[in-house]
Amino acid sequence: MNYDCIVIGGGVIGTAVLDRLAAYELNVLLLEKEDDVASFTTRANSGIVHAGYDCDPDTAKARFNVRGNELLWQDAGELDVPCLKCGSIVVARADQLDKLKELQAKGERNGVETRILDRQQTLEIEPNVADEIEYSLYAPSAGIVSPYQLAIAYADRAVLNGAKIELCSPVTAINRSGGLYSVRTDKAEYTAKIVINCAGANGAQVNDLAGAEHFETTYRRGDYFVIDNTERKNVSTVIFPLPTAAGKGILVAPTADGNVIYGPTAVDTTDSNDTATSLDSLDSVRKNVPLSYKKAAFNKCIRVYAGLRTLIGHDFVIKESDVLHNFIMAIGICSPGLSSAPAIAEYIQKIVVGKLSAVPKQKVKRVMTKHLRLMEIDEKCLNDLIERDSAWGRIVCRCEKVTEAEIVEAIHSPLPATTVDAVKRRTRAGMGRCQGGFCGPRVMEIISRELGIPLDEVKKGGGASIARYKVKEVE
Amino acid sequence: MNTICIMCPMGCPLTVEEVGGEIKVSGNTCKRGETYGRDEFSHPKRAITTLVKLSGGGVASVKTSGSVPKEKIFDVIHFIGTIVAPDDVKIGDTVSQNVFGLGVDVVITGRK
Amino acid sequence: MRTMQFDVAIIGGGPAGMAAALSARKAGASVVILERDVRLGGILNQCIHQGFGLHYFGEEMTGPEYADRFRKMVEAEDITVLLESMVLSLGKDKSVTVLSPTYGLCKIQARAIVLAMGCRERTAGAIALAGSRPAGIYTAGMAQKICNIDGYLVGKEVVILGSGDIGLIMARRMTTEGAKVKLVLELMPYSSGLKRNIVQCLDDYGIPIKYSHTVTRVEGSPALSGIYYAPVGADRKPVLEKEEFVPCDTLLLSVGLIPENDLLSGLDVEMSRITQGAVVDENRMTSINGVFSCGNVLHVHDLVDNVSEEAEIAGKAAAEYARNITRTNVEYVSVSATDGVRYALPQRVSKGEGKVRVFFRVGDVYKNCKLVAECGGKQVFSKKFMVLAPGEMGSFEIDRSALDGDMVVRLER
Repeated sequence: MNYDCIVIGGGVIGTAVLDRLAAYELNVLLLEKEDDVASFTTRANSGIVHAGYDCDPDTAKARFNVRGNELLWQDAGELDVPCLKCGSIVVARADQLDKLKELQAKGERNGVETRILDRQQTLEIEPNVADEIEYSLYAPSAGIVSPYQLAIAYADRAVLNGAKIELCSPVTAINRSGGLYSVRTDKAEYTAKIVINCAGANGAQVNDLAGAEHFETTYRRGDYFVIDNTERKNVSTVIFPLPTAAGKGILVAPTADGNVIYGPTAVDTTDSNDTATSLDSLDSVRKNVPLSYKKAAFNKCIRVYAGLRTLIGHDFVIKESDVLHNFIMAIGICSPGLSSAPAIAEYIQKIVVGKLSAVPKQKVKRVMTKHLRLMEIDEKCLNDLIERDSAWGRIVCRCEKVTEAEIVEAIHSPLPATTVDAVKRRTRAGMGRCQGGFCGPRVMEIISRELGIPLDEVKKGGGASIARYKVKEVE
Repeated sequence: MNTICIMCPMGCPLTVEEVGGEIKVSGNTCKRGETYGRDEFSHPKRAITTLVKLSGGGVASVKTSGSVPKEKIFDVIHFIGTIVAPDDVKIGDTVSQNVFGLGVDVVITGRK
Repeated sequence: MRTMQFDVAIIGGGPAGMAAALSARKAGASVVILERDVRLGGILNQCIHQGFGLHYFGEEMTGPEYADRFRKMVEAEDITVLLESMVLSLGKDKSVTVLSPTYGLCKIQARAIVLAMGCRERTAGAIALAGSRPAGIYTAGMAQKICNIDGYLVGKEVVILGSGDIGLIMARRMTTEGAKVKLVLELMPYSSGLKRNIVQCLDDYGIPIKYSHTVTRVEGSPALSGIYYAPVGADRKPVLEKEEFVPCDTLLLSVGLIPENDLLSGLDVEMSRITQGAVVDENRMTSINGVFSCGNVLHVHDLVDNVSEEAEIAGKAAAEYARNITRTNVEYVSVSATDGVRYALPQRVSKGEGKVRVFFRVGDVYKNCKLVAECGGKQVFSKKFMVLAPGEMGSFEIDRSALDGDMVVRLER
């Protein structure tokens, strides 16, 4: 099959790029190796929309973060993605005021508005900072977004606008001849004029496959705690410690889904699949959170997870390859990658549109239909819905109050959710305090029914089943 | 034989031996423990609960109507695994009688 | 919005809810049961093993049979049962907001409410289990549901963390269905499960249990490939130098049950930090008049028979409250636990005539000890025990007329 453009990688960068390109008269395809988009770093990060004050001035990070922040709030609104511009603070003790001032100066050079607050002013923004905190650097433009829902929404809109997404399609070979790329997966072969490498943790490998620049990649793992939504009321803003060379430090933040997270740590690793949490790393979160936040509630933990930042040198690599014509790279994406995604996509869109002289589509879907969520529907509207479809009255996930109708909708969305994890990321079913203990089997049953597959073929995600062997047929 | 008495939370570690044709229990602290140890030594029995397949593809839970000798547990379970009960069975229905001549039936206890 | 009126609304149609409904109806109240599942019975429906009813019905039954017995009794009475009905919120005025596919979003206005929502299992997340996050790690109850109701095994090579009763029962279930249970690990030096389950679910099948051991991390992606475990020190922290690996495709968790009181967040009900249920009086009435609690949502029980009995107390009292025949302005004495007794329930008892049964659990295994209840320094009950263990709930009866001050329940060793 022939395409104008192939995007490799379905994280938030790849899906944002695809979404932008789908608005043009272009034939575009995204290849994702996993069974859903947003399956690796995009699903395991802090979900913070950074203001951009802490990036080194004149870097790609600074440029894309600041522009990305502007675009992201707009995109999230159009795409109906949960987000909140709740601001952020970097907290400091009395002896650390100088550090805050340095940070503020950096912000000024990046064009980011911040304010230094004293303790009293800090408490007005965040009443639960630790007692030792005397100052903070407040950035009003920062906030939170659901990173996986953002990527999924980009993917859904791209599909509605005519883009194609192939899941479970790891790229095995990239060749160029006669001015065209041929991209092979284990299932099919495609051709394209332009290839865009958004392969996240595998970005350098994809470069190598294509014969583009070789980059040494390192990884920095971060472990997190997710805290029960009953703690959400205690956190008003994103609370950072002072940044260090290893990163922005262990934060406390509300999540767009209504929980609280503590993390991440910064554990250097060379393994691109190392997303296992470790006891000592989790312990370091336990030790550090109370230094900035006084209502640490590790006993209300409902889940721990870890994600990877992918590091190539000190900055993002976002440009066309110097050695391969029409091979565009958006790799080495670590923090603030999520915040930068819309701006990176905008930048790549301009390159592609220029190269192919593409014209905008006449009719493009911009504002996505609002996802109805049980807890946000008024009574009259809900009862009308139930009258038409009783599934709206049937709660499947009791912790997060998700109905059967929402799950069915996710399974039949533009980019269909076909696994338990994919349903979870779209609806929150299984994301609450029982972690799917009650609703998991019910979600499996609904997927099995809607897709017409037996229960033992319903996957958790990543290709592994949950109900594995039929009883009485076990060898 | 060594076992733990289950007659109370005390959980006395029992040693049961046959000495000169007589069963001797030691380690117990009460009379109930002695009786338990003797029974466990000479003829341990267990009731079995498992599933049967239904003709429609699902499963229903079953029990044996009484206890079976412990060493027969897997034989009985294997046999129950071969039963395919009609899809309309109800709680209390017998789906197999006098399994292996042990004097117990297989009875439906529940279903989806 | 459709509104329905009842004397007593019972939230949850498991063993507690059904028994409460029957006793409330018997006491003359109009009763509704609000059950979120498609049928009554709650978690009993998936507990296909025996060990139910010996105390209450005088016969050994399986869970589904025990549930069925109660279901038939409920059906024979004039009790309204709303299935697939999820309670979304409770009002202080005893209004209940319910969502159901049949009635839509509707309101039940009750005079009294009985909470009977049961409990949920602690998860891998709740214990911050380190390692990867693969398929193959489930609570024992979820694996039980997938096995006993849906007819599938979640794996063939199993390690179980925690020796709660569901974990022990699942060790036997998985084994008899053809899986290999390699190991049971228990953080504490003793099991929190019943002795008979240790013997009949583990020993019978030669399944080893290691006390004072825990899982240190899990490995594998997308499916579990094995777990690391280690002994724990006196501080219950793992001794990592002694870490060992076991290949397995399944890790089942049986690491505690938590009363599912999420619905109470909007109400100002006084809660017990120990039981994680409401603080109640001898009628199982909470700190809000007319709101009662019973079964595993009040405190986690060892036997369903005890749940049924407790629920009958709550159901009857709720009916009496709804029909205005409850004494008002009663004077309470508090009941507290100390010295080895983890909790005693009810936590307050009204002064008056008649007997009241006090339930308790101890915090460790105690041998040759004496349980003592004192009121204002005066002993009102004492009994010697050869052994008391955390896994079993104990009880004793006292005369309410003897309560002239706050009562303390403690152990003498």
